[in-house]
Amino acid sequence: MARALAKSSTSGCCNKPLFPALFYGAGDARKKAMTNITQTLNPEDARNAAREVRKRRIQAFLFVVPLLVFIIFAFVAPITTMLYRSIHNPTVANLVPETLTALEDWSGDGLPDEAVLIQFAADMKRMANDRTSGQLADEINRALPGMSSVVKSTARNLRRVDDVEIAANGAALLLDANDRWADTATWRAVRDAGQVFSSSYYLTSLDLERTSDGSIGARDTQIYVQLYTKTLKMALIITVLTIVLGYPLAFFMAHASDRLANFLMVFVLLPFWTSLLVRTTAWIALLQTNGVVNSTLMAIGITDQPLELLYTQFSTIIAMTHILLPFMVLPLYAVMRGIDDSYMRAAISMGSRPMGAWYKIYLPMSLPGLSAGALLVFIISIGYYITPALVGGIDGQMISNIIAFHMQQSNNWELAAALGSLLLFLILVLYWLFDRFVGTDNLKLG
Amino acid sequence: MNKHLTLLAALALTASPLAAQDLTVTSFGGAYGAAQKEHMIAPFVAETGVNVLFEDYGGGIAEMKAQVEAGNVLWDVVDIEVIDLERACAEGYLEVIDQSQLPAGDDGTPAADDFIEDALANECGVGNIVWSVVFAVNTENGPGPQNITEFFDTEAFPGKRGLRKRPQVNMEWALIADGVASEDVYETLSTEEGQARAFAKLDTVKEDIVWYDSWSQAPVLLNDGGAAMVQSANGRIFAAIQDDGAPFSIVWDSHVYDLDVWAIMKGTKNKDLAMDFIKSATRTVPLSGMQDVAYGPTRRSAQALLPESVKQDLPTAHLDVGLKADGIFWADYGESLGEKFNEWLLQ
Repeated sequence: MARALAKSSTSGCCNKPLFPALFYGAGDARKKAMTNITQTLNPEDARNAAREVRKRRIQAFLFVVPLLVFIIFAFVAPITTMLYRSIHNPTVANLVPETLTALEDWSGDGLPDEAVLIQFAADMKRMANDRTSGQLADEINRALPGMSSVVKSTARNLRRVDDVEIAANGAALLLDANDRWADTATWRAVRDAGQVFSSSYYLTSLDLERTSDGSIGARDTQIYVQLYTKTLKMALIITVLTIVLGYPLAFFMAHASDRLANFLMVFVLLPFWTSLLVRTTAWIALLQTNGVVNSTLMAIGITDQPLELLYTQFSTIIAMTHILLPFMVLPLYAVMRGIDDSYMRAAISMGSRPMGAWYKIYLPMSLPGLSAGALLVFIISIGYYITPALVGGIDGQMISNIIAFHMQQSNNWELAAALGSLLLFLILVLYWLFDRFVGTDNLKLG
Repeated sequence: MNKHLTLLAALALTASPLAAQDLTVTSFGGAYGAAQKEHMIAPFVAETGVNVLFEDYGGGIAEMKAQVEAGNVLWDVVDIEVIDLERACAEGYLEVIDQSQLPAGDDGTPAADDFIEDALANECGVGNIVWSVVFAVNTENGPGPQNITEFFDTEAFPGKRGLRKRPQVNMEWALIADGVASEDVYETLSTEEGQARAFAKLDTVKEDIVWYDSWSQAPVLLNDGGAAMVQSANGRIFAAIQDDGAPFSIVWDSHVYDLDVWAIMKGTKNKDLAMDFIKSATRTVPLSGMQDVAYGPTRRSAQALLPESVKQDLPTAHLDVGLKADGIFWADYGESLGEKFNEWLLQ
């Protein structure tokens, strides 16, 4: 970005920057300018000039301070917290620190020592009285389903037992409370849940898990990789569809009279100004079993039975294509308006076929708008949530819906954070690939 | 992220000087919320003059977790399903309620005897309603299935089945339809084989299922022909029959019933006021008002007040053919079955 700006300002391009000092500050251009100043001015003036430059930079900086503060608070801080949360989970370590220390010496086979069991029984009693046993139950249950009730009922059993009794007899009390405490897998789960920093949420996000011998293997439940793939596939289909629909429209608008173009622009913008929920609900009304589309199809005799249109992948794709179309048309139209028609005429007058001229001349010139539109549509649709949730049924679900599931229903925020971070990483990789092959210089929003 | 947003929202709210005078009560909205407003909130406001902010939420414990973890509790009293109560209470998001403070019923029965036993089973909540998940049929195309086994019989009863997209209730019904006795359902479901058996039964109807996400969609699906039969909270179907004259009939066989309770958010500044509200809202007369939306009252003295004609529409009249939703089971297996369920959906 900085590179592109510096380049455009030195090459004397059309856009003269409002605050040259800010842009010069970004690259070599500033040094060049400074050396010129010192060569032609006396030291006093050079100092003044330098002070002036500094003043302008501070001024320019002050202009962006509100935005910067906003971005740090509303964007950088929450995202950093989220990234951190996906690897850092101190809940269990804070709840039963002594048990975990005692467990460090345990080989991982058979039962831990009696001292460990007694310590854990004492911890359980404390947690039962602090009402924090549920947090421990939740964390251990995640590693070993079914443990939640075991932890909670054991904690209830131990709540009123005398401290002396626990110190003497804790191990037996624990084993009496539930026979799952005699199971090696239970103690492995306690130990694993006690790790403050863990890659397990990322492994889960990739449908992997750490097996008992420490190696990494596939999980029983295979779900997330499939969902990521499906999300990418759907985003790609939606991007292609918006190009197919948006490119000819933008082309036509760019070459139509101003009046017609403005009239058509209203049709592009009107849905853009309508609430997202209203547009999605409109699609529900159109596509449902006895909806407008089905009754029309049946009235003109194309089908006898109503087609299944709603709650499918098809309905998600069609609704999202409609909703995201303006993001494709607007940059395309802006770029196409700036393309001089004489290039095409020149190519054709020199013997090129219209399609050849379009391919060789017009397409490369409209590419910045096309890339910008495609990138916008693709990235927005990868993280889309509300439309798939409403019209998607099961086939149309995307990765964001499962992230919402872990945020709102299973309350596994760490896993949601890991899934979200992977999504962010995926988008960054795609952006890097885009920069590699198309170049971000080839990006123009208008 | 939620935590920070909540923090900001909390700062914005606590800045208001009136905040300390108000009591924020959160429930599920819709017709149910309207009934609570009329029979529980309005009398309390009239008696005490406290300004009650009545808010809606969609259930689950995520919002409570966010508020308690951020240390800024916005809600004071919350209506919560027992299925979530177990977890919310054990994780420390709710205050423990002194149930001995609850007033006696209007007929003088002490609270401990007046409330049905499940209503006071958890120390963090006081039972409010008994509601149920039933299935309902659109009778325009014949009477349709009359029990869960027939609900799963797509040959005898063709047509789409609307089910809520989650493992809860669906897994229980699949096992019952496959021949497991009601009382063994949760024990069977806690084994790998039992879970596989439930998914195998669901497989047999998978092509005929329309999934939906919130209870409000169930009567809509049944009405517009999107499904010939739907799973639904009984009150939603009752309201559609009562208010809109919809041609629906409720089948009570193997309905899965549960309670909603009033609970107090941990760390609220209005704990005493919140307790006063709960004491007021769970008296005999306010509870009997929940019949408006066909939910059963949790006090025996309130059940006695109901007219005979209404009783048949309430889950409390059909407990013998029903299954009590097991909050402890779902606290144990909700998350792992949720993942397996999502995997099964994608297959």
